[in-house]
Amino acid sequence: MKFAVVVFPGSNCDRDMYHAVKEVLKEDADLVWYQSANLEDYDAILLPGGFSYGDYLRSGAVAATSEIMQQIKAQAAKGKPVLGVCNGFQILLEAGLLPGAMQRNKNLSFMCHQEPLVVENNETLFTSIYDQGEVVNFPIAHGEGNYFCDEQTLETLKANKQIVFTYKNNPNGSVADIAGIRNEEGNVLGMMPHPERAVEALLGSADGVKLFQSIVKNWRESYVANA
Amino acid sequence: MKNVIVNVTLKSGVLDPQGKAIQESLNSLGYKEVQQARVGKSINLQVEEGSNLEERVREMCDKLLANPVIEEYSFVVEEAVRS
Repeated sequence: MKFAVVVFPGSNCDRDMYHAVKEVLKEDADLVWYQSANLEDYDAILLPGGFSYGDYLRSGAVAATSEIMQQIKAQAAKGKPVLGVCNGFQILLEAGLLPGAMQRNKNLSFMCHQEPLVVENNETLFTSIYDQGEVVNFPIAHGEGNYFCDEQTLETLKANKQIVFTYKNNPNGSVADIAGIRNEEGNVLGMMPHPERAVEALLGSADGVKLFQSIVKNWRESYVANA
Repeated sequence: MKNVIVNVTLKSGVLDPQGKAIQESLNSLGYKEVQQARVGKSINLQVEEGSNLEERVREMCDKLLANPVIEEYSFVVEEAVRS
């Protein structure tokens, strides 16, 4: 399976993401610069964390207007898995691929530590290897991870089982403890915590491995089913 | 040339942690009368004159300058002063 890790000016978790796929999963991956990327040939698209465009205006807002977003939208519409982590999640929100918006953390601090998360939905492309309700430890590293949406959107998220991860001890003030959501179709996941930084015991947690393995497993199964 | 001053603020229902911290700071400085502070941003654009200037500025706000999920905006158009 071939992954594209899209690199924007100011991305800084791109290499972690690449390492997780290439060295831990032993799958194929390329770091692709946002201006020269052709995403057609890839099976999945990863939007890494960082501070694209210095977080100018709003986190993710400038990257969301870049041309590559049109490609990402087109590939997402075809059903390809798209995973946005941290700033990647903020970009997906600003681009309208996921509903809601991010605000400054409730305590106004940049927080960088490990947080326990609950797998709220294990019937997704990204979480099928986890158990329903499983508690996993992923690092967070953000100043603007306070997820906000209006009540009607929240009801829709709940009704469609779009809430994939929640915080066990909400660190940032997110509505309904939301740490990660997917789109209605199920192939786009955005999350603030970093699964790519939790792929080896040496890093303090290897709980993120199953997320990437789920993507690969589901891709293989659909590939076989369509062959 | 026109100057367009765009004001972006958080919607009234949206919690503003920064504003809250500012309000508390002002209160602790002795300005007990301050009941609320809301932080926004002001973006000044210099724009060539055109017939549909206001409509295009509204588009710019909807597409980029404000995030409609949490923010609202207003703007004023002024004659640019030549320097």
